[in-house]
Amino acid sequence: MSENTAYKLWEFHGGVHPPFHKDESTQLPIKSAGIPKQIILPIQQHIGSPAEPLVAVGDKVDKGQLVAKANAYISANVHAPTSGKISAIEELVLPHPSGLKGLSIVIDTDGKDDWGNSGKYPSYENFKDVEPELLLKRIQEAGIVGLGGAVFPTSVKIEGAEKNNIDNFIINGAECEPYITCDDMLMRERSAEIIYGIRIIQHMINPTKCLIGIEDNKPNAIQAMQQACKNDPDINVISIPTIYPSGDIKQLTKILTGIEIPSGTRSVNSGVLGQNVGTVYSIYQAIIEGIPALSRITTVTGNGVQHPQNFEVLNGTSFSFLAQQAGGYTKMADHLIMGGPMMGFTLADDKPPITKATNCALFTSTTALRESNSEFYNQPTLPCIRCGKCMDACPVNLLPQQLYWHIRAKDLEKAQQHNLKDCIECGCCSYVCPSHIPLVDYYRFAKDELHEQKTTQEKADISRERHEFLLYRKERDKRERDEKRAAHKAQLQAKKAAMAKKKAVNNESDDATESTTDTAKADAIKAAVARAKEKKTAREAQSKERQDEQQPDAKKRKKKGTNDEV
Amino acid sequence: MKFKTNTSPFFSSENNVRSVMLQVLIALIPGTLVVTYFYGWGILINVTLSVFFALALEALALILRKRPVLPFLGDFSALITGWLLALALPPLIPWWVIFVGVFFAIIVAKHLYGGLGYNPFNPAMVGFAVLIISFPLEMTQWIQAGHINAVSNTLNQSQVLSLLDSIKSVLVITSPPDWDAITMATPLDAVKTGLRAGTPYTEVISKSPYLANTTSNTWLWSGLAFTLGGLWLLYKKVIHWQIPAALIGSLIIISGLFHLFSSDVYATPLLHVFSGATILAAFFIATDPVSASTTPTGKILYGVGIGLLIYIIRTWGNYPDAVAFAVLIMNMAVPTIDYYTQPRTFGYGSAIRKSHSKQPSTKEENKS
Repeated sequence: MSENTAYKLWEFHGGVHPPFHKDESTQLPIKSAGIPKQIILPIQQHIGSPAEPLVAVGDKVDKGQLVAKANAYISANVHAPTSGKISAIEELVLPHPSGLKGLSIVIDTDGKDDWGNSGKYPSYENFKDVEPELLLKRIQEAGIVGLGGAVFPTSVKIEGAEKNNIDNFIINGAECEPYITCDDMLMRERSAEIIYGIRIIQHMINPTKCLIGIEDNKPNAIQAMQQACKNDPDINVISIPTIYPSGDIKQLTKILTGIEIPSGTRSVNSGVLGQNVGTVYSIYQAIIEGIPALSRITTVTGNGVQHPQNFEVLNGTSFSFLAQQAGGYTKMADHLIMGGPMMGFTLADDKPPITKATNCALFTSTTALRESNSEFYNQPTLPCIRCGKCMDACPVNLLPQQLYWHIRAKDLEKAQQHNLKDCIECGCCSYVCPSHIPLVDYYRFAKDELHEQKTTQEKADISRERHEFLLYRKERDKRERDEKRAAHKAQLQAKKAAMAKKKAVNNESDDATESTTDTAKADAIKAAVARAKEKKTAREAQSKERQDEQQPDAKKRKKKGTNDEV
Repeated sequence: MKFKTNTSPFFSSENNVRSVMLQVLIALIPGTLVVTYFYGWGILINVTLSVFFALALEALALILRKRPVLPFLGDFSALITGWLLALALPPLIPWWVIFVGVFFAIIVAKHLYGGLGYNPFNPAMVGFAVLIISFPLEMTQWIQAGHINAVSNTLNQSQVLSLLDSIKSVLVITSPPDWDAITMATPLDAVKTGLRAGTPYTEVISKSPYLANTTSNTWLWSGLAFTLGGLWLLYKKVIHWQIPAALIGSLIIISGLFHLFSSDVYATPLLHVFSGATILAAFFIATDPVSASTTPTGKILYGVGIGLLIYIIRTWGNYPDAVAFAVLIMNMAVPTIDYYTQPRTFGYGSAIRKSHSKQPSTKEENKS
């Protein structure tokens, strides 16, 4: 139930209003993208450690079967999104800006989409009677990760929330990035399921307040959500002003609650848990329908495809297959952007798979990304004139112009003092810059550089420690060796002396036995004294050397002193 | 299929340097027209010559520095520098004085420091400061304004030179009829000399044809016209409110206090705000983003500093107007101001996180 008009909202500093391009992909309902011939499942689709493959080439897999298991606390399971046969487990190009390869499980699908013997999980229809721990275990097993973009394992996040008192449970339906409409369409079409998912999380973490934030450029979604939760007095659907980047959880938290999550801390420490609507929907699917994270809603849009639309896509479907589902490419498909035009990244190829993180596949021409096509756009980047437009646009209230200035001067320390680490790389500064300076690139560079410096420093520290220990060990060994040798020598001498004595004794009478041992002792003492002397002279020689080194300085100092006195 | 790659954000707005500068030019038009109306063709000739010199020298500097000429000429920054400098010069000033001023503004103050965006000092004000120090005579010969009918009969349109005469005068082909007959002290000058001589302020005012009647005053109208342009810039978000507000506010406060203290010896806030180049400085010169402070709090400090320095130099210094020196002095303080006025970053306590290790090296920066 929502009383939107009465709800107080806060503002964050800055933000921009780029052209949002939402209408292109909201004309048609969500459609299933179908089963592609081949599925490519990277074993790492999330933040944390990669999952460990459980299958071998040639294995038959059922739909929903676990194919790679999380083997660390921060990791996520990967399931087969449809039935088929494992045809390869190899390094394949990931959907990542670097174009790097990563271990992936390749499934040749059989088109049967067969759940097989394992089947779905049993449903926790009456979740209110189920222990939160069991629910958490299910979320973990289902391999659910944050679908808003961070792809952080959801079970870990909720467990963190359970340990803290959560005042504000925020469901993020802001979807502020231009072009992307997957959350919008999900809320329009599956609002009841989302509300169901919210109730499940409410049961688990028992929050004081439950706020669904949706930008006011999605009136249909707001209406659908309000309708779906009209019998839940403790769930508020809140329409927030449309401004990028309101969908960043820190900014959304500020808008809805006025709370600024302190820099460098996690939101749960401030009593805030944020979940994307897509993630909440996945939780509903895992708990009620017993389906693990096999698919997601992905927006396919831009002037590079014939029919922009939202698709329910199986994980591992390739971008090229998806583009075909949207009617194929137009002549204007210059770029493939995964994510939105503000924070997404380009892919050089459409072969990589859609993963749990892919909320949008934007195929677009270069010109469509520019607001104005004046000839002055194509001129070289002009120098910064410190106009401060970036500062006005920065949602974190940094001084982008100063950061840029210091980074250009390679003064990274100053950049740190200007809180570089708090930059969220939202791109507002680059977007508004009248000189068209790629500011965010500078910040990324500086962050990488600082990270590099830190790791090199750590490495240097370790190797210095090692080196120091090596020197110490060498010296210690040498000392021990010397001592041993000296002892050995003394022993030998003593033996010799004893032998000589023996001979003498043999020549003389037996009563001299006592004195023999005495002389042996005396010899040993002599030897020890000699050794000590030797050491002393050596030490003296050393210290003399050192003094000689210092002497010139001392002389100078003396001279200076006398001068001063004069 | 293969695609082109790039880094985010892929969107870019329609903002560009040229349109920012274009707004400044538009904002200068009403003030320039009003001043021309009062002082005749000399103003327009100043602007034309100065802009021409500025563009020519900018192009020359760019060629010598092997930089692309057209994009940088097209950003209009040199044009604005020339225009602003011209507005600060007396009409009918010889052309070579303008050239020297523009040379120092564009070549010395701008390109020797690295060109657009790298100049620590406001180029137009550097040009002006050089001229006022080097050519004090030429720089203080302000011709009388025409169109002052309410004050006395001695001032009228006939004394405004025709276009041809003005051009001849500027190009030093003929000297104007008689400098003494057509020039007169500016309000600030008149007040300064009057007060120095011990004349009470009210008497100084009543003697000066510029000041006696506030309703039909040339300086008031010019100031209002430039204010109009300034408001346009604020509306277009080309400038922030802090610098003009702080500059004018601090000037009003300090001049008001002294005037209240002794109204015979110290001029009114009205005179200080609307005479000389105060308004022009507040909206167009001190707000030059390259050489001004860039943080919100820093802008206030910067504006206050200029306002106070204008008053101090005008009242106790040797020069009648002080805008150029006030701006240049505060330009020097900008790196320090900016460093210590960082805004509160999202997610930090109310106190700004101070640098934990070293002092900023702003002193070295200033020296360079």
